[in-house]
Amino acid sequence: MTSAKITVRNGAIPADAPDTDIEVQIADAARFVRRHTIASIFRAGSGHPGGALSCADILACLFGAELNVWPSGTDERLRDRFVLSKGHACPALYAIGAYHGFCDKTAALALRKLGSPFQGHPHVRDLPWVETSTGSLGQGFSVALGMAMGMKLQKMPSRTYVVLGDGELQEGEVWEAAMCAAHHKLDNLCAIVDYNKLQSDASNDVIMRIEPLADKWRAFGWTVFEIDGHNIPEILSTLHLAASTHNHPSVLIAHTVKGKGVPYMENGPAWHGSVKLTRQQAEEALAALGADRQEIMELLDV
Amino acid sequence: MFDNNVSAPALIGTSGDSLREAFGKALAAIADEFPKLVVLDADVAGGTGVHHFRKAHPERLIQFGIAEQNMMAAAGGLAAVGMLPVVTGFAVFLSRAFEQARLSISYCKRNAKIVASHPGLDVGPDGGSAQALEDIAAFRAIPGMTVISPADPYETALATRAILEFEGPVYMRTGRSAARRLFGDDHVFEIGKGEIIRHGHDVTLVACGVEVARALDAADLLIDAGISARVVNMATIKPIDIELLARCARETGAIVTAEDHNIHGGLGSAVAEAVAKVHPCPIEFVGVNDTFGTSGEPDELADHFAITAPFIAKSAERAVARKRGLQ
Repeated sequence: MTSAKITVRNGAIPADAPDTDIEVQIADAARFVRRHTIASIFRAGSGHPGGALSCADILACLFGAELNVWPSGTDERLRDRFVLSKGHACPALYAIGAYHGFCDKTAALALRKLGSPFQGHPHVRDLPWVETSTGSLGQGFSVALGMAMGMKLQKMPSRTYVVLGDGELQEGEVWEAAMCAAHHKLDNLCAIVDYNKLQSDASNDVIMRIEPLADKWRAFGWTVFEIDGHNIPEILSTLHLAASTHNHPSVLIAHTVKGKGVPYMENGPAWHGSVKLTRQQAEEALAALGADRQEIMELLDV
Repeated sequence: MFDNNVSAPALIGTSGDSLREAFGKALAAIADEFPKLVVLDADVAGGTGVHHFRKAHPERLIQFGIAEQNMMAAAGGLAAVGMLPVVTGFAVFLSRAFEQARLSISYCKRNAKIVASHPGLDVGPDGGSAQALEDIAAFRAIPGMTVISPADPYETALATRAILEFEGPVYMRTGRSAARRLFGDDHVFEIGKGEIIRHGHDVTLVACGVEVARALDAADLLIDAGISARVVNMATIKPIDIELLARCARETGAIVTAEDHNIHGGLGSAVAEAVAKVHPCPIEFVGVNDTFGTSGEPDELADHFAITAPFIAKSAERAVARKRGLQ
């Protein structure tokens, strides 16, 4: 898709900045997210890299140009809500939060450690900016729906965004929520499916087929967009289109690559689950993500 | 939305009302005092008493269809943006959303309320599948969850206000059957407080919900056996009133618990945990003996499963005998 002029919704980047500048900034954030994900999972000795890497570009776009969220702001009426319903991908959420100043970059490397607020799945009482606790698939989507309803009831101008995994769509609760959001005409709710085609044990097709996916969402009353989930201009312009949808909730089915950016992880279901990265694997991954020796040392050792 | 031009219904907590009707009427009457209040329904408003609220405040009733899991987690989201959601449904079906209550409400410390009608054998003819006998045990095990089971229509109305004023997640049981009014207009309900509603010194009968009326009847029966029974209405099961239990254990030396619930994990377990810690004494447990219910009228079922007044009285005699054996 050749996009029109990229629209920056949240004012994080000057609206008149050239598209190339916007792309460069968001690509930089996505690269930071991927490196940070690898480093924190290496340090933790466990964690889910595959699905964190696949949604890195989506998160970078959301936080970089779409979401009206800011680390210091507390205006409940204006603040958009973002929910990572696929909570196991939280290393990516912590990293994008760190990149934008919601938390300290070094502190966020202390993933899954006793006493650290960066738990193995996001917890809102440890980190208020994650908005709700997730980790039980399907629930984050329902919570996001409740937030969108509450915004409508209180006539808030804000919107709710939620990122779902593809395996997550096998939860019945997701379709309860999908039906409900369309019934209540929640056009302030935008779902993004990180469609990397793989889940814990194998491909979606082997475990439980979810296709025809776009037809399912359409049948449930949603406005559906299919995009390349690694194409930054396409993600941004589609988010913009979704935000101008009336009377229907919108979903972006974002085709992604599991483990994106780390060649030995790409499209490998073995990298979904909670894995222990060796030093060599971590270094190789960071090198593939463009980190030099000094940066690798800082990420893995400091 | 939120029009305030609806007059409050006058009759709340009348004798003969079921607890669910009392809840629905109270909710309708006090809604104007809680501008952020919304009530969530899964197509059972006619059964939960919520039809009274719907009639008075249709714009504040959110319909979720027959989808309790989504409804429960969505309540977490509504609370997160400042609303005061009350999730309503039948106890057995709200239990299917246990994990949503755990993660999206209590773990997040959301100010959301869960009000379950149709608990226990009191459900009656719908049978074993519909009779929640495990809900108190399940919700009591969730950290941060307050668990309440009021005893009569008037107390239910008071409890409805109390849970809306209270900050934090609450699970409250109402009831399906017509209930006798036990308390006068001067009755006070306070979350976390049990109340001695009949004095006695040989044994304490600790009950909640529909069993409070049966415990009072049992105390009458015990007079003939020469036993003076104290009756405690323990409307809050979590946090349990440990000070009152310590006092009753010390002063009467024997306890019987009575509940329309499995004997495992409910009021009896909560009382035993507390008493074991502060003043151990013989305890007998009246409840459904780790089995499922079946069809029948509520009173027939209560008799069949041995939770009526004569069974409470028998248990009291046993507890007193054990106490005397120990002394």
